[in-house]
Amino acid sequence: MNDQALRTEVLNTLNDIAPEVDVDTLVDDQPLRNQVDLDSMDWLNFLIGLHKKLGVEIPESDYAQLTTLERVLDYLKSRLP
Amino acid sequence: MLEFKLPALGADMDEGTLLDWKVKPGDTVSKGQVVAIVDTSKAAVDVEIWFDGVVEELKIPPGERIPVGTVLATLREPGAAPTPAGPSAPHRASAVPPRISPAARKRALELNVDPAGVTGTGPGGAVTLADVEQAAATVQTPPFAAEPAPEKIDRQAEMRKAIAAAMSLSKREIPHYYLAETIPMARAQAWLTAANAGRPITERLLMAVVQLKAVALALRQFPELNGYYREGAYQPAPAAHLGVAISLRQGGLIAPAIHEVGDKTLETLMGELTDLVKRTRAGSLRSSELTDATITVTNLGEQGAELVHGVIHPPQVALIGFGRIGERAWVENGALSLIPAVTASLAADHRVSDGHRGALFLIELRRLLQEPEIL
Repeated sequence: MNDQALRTEVLNTLNDIAPEVDVDTLVDDQPLRNQVDLDSMDWLNFLIGLHKKLGVEIPESDYAQLTTLERVLDYLKSRLP
Repeated sequence: MLEFKLPALGADMDEGTLLDWKVKPGDTVSKGQVVAIVDTSKAAVDVEIWFDGVVEELKIPPGERIPVGTVLATLREPGAAPTPAGPSAPHRASAVPPRISPAARKRALELNVDPAGVTGTGPGGAVTLADVEQAAATVQTPPFAAEPAPEKIDRQAEMRKAIAAAMSLSKREIPHYYLAETIPMARAQAWLTAANAGRPITERLLMAVVQLKAVALALRQFPELNGYYREGAYQPAPAAHLGVAISLRQGGLIAPAIHEVGDKTLETLMGELTDLVKRTRAGSLRSSELTDATITVTNLGEQGAELVHGVIHPPQVALIGFGRIGERAWVENGALSLIPAVTASLAADHRVSDGHRGALFLIELRRLLQEPEIL
């Protein structure tokens, strides 16, 4: 999967959880949850969505790293099966 | 002869629109079965019947707006002889209705799409939300039809009106008192981290369900916080059905109930909460979920503020709030340390309880959250 395809998958997953978000307005290196109103249930569902689509295991201890869209993409890229 | 009347699906509802029937004359129904879908100002609701019977006549056709208490259908007791059929047949020809989800049905009504003319792509040929929107999009749009979706704006306004009505009633009638207690969360967090470490992501628990369970268990010793105040008298409820405040992404909130929280495992509660949030946002709730809550819990969550002073949802008599869990400076045994903590608050009805008992409740809640392994 190339970078663009991965990005599309991640943004689609985000839109499944928060359909009102215009993903084109997201700033990659700013904290994602400040830009998109995601509570802990939304966040978990977002990660479950990524896990199901991409087959990446995301241990809870890694959640703290996943602050920005950029970091989410890097994290997933390095772990794609 | 039994009468099935439109129930009030919350303190703020005085009328509703019947969207569809899920039964037809001659059907045997049992208590708890979804028999109709009714649109309130807040959502399309799957309305459950509260007795067993056999449907005799559907009195109200789909599409009609009716006040609470209107007889929707008549039924006979199970086993009773049918009443001779009169000329008053149901208003609609009884063609087999298409299978369609409540959310899709609501959208169809908004978009003026007849579900019977839509090809369903869902399970068993069911018409889905996407099918309805697809069908609406393929309908020829007249030129200059730039009306900015008045139905949508309307629903926002209706939701705000409904919340205003319930909260005005609350502030007018209920003499609230407020208490708050800071609760150390280090033990609960450590326990949850360890519990989740061994679980696949699809089975992980959120702190919100640990807090819900603790509230339900603490309530067992405080019946004066869990029940209904109606017509000048208080009735404690036998079980804790916790109304969970869920914010909607387009604004507004709904607090549907999770039933008998004290008797369920954290795993079960997690599954039910996940499902409830999903269905609340999709506009697919059951009537019992909207009417059965005996107390409300609001959780501001990770993005929230530190403390909430709740407004009680009538006819309930208390609301429990949890602020954001954060690091706090903490003094214990003369030593200063940094710990994760949450501020739990109670808004309660002075007609039923006093601050002393309310305080004891918060202390019990705090105690339970120090022993997460027993929850």
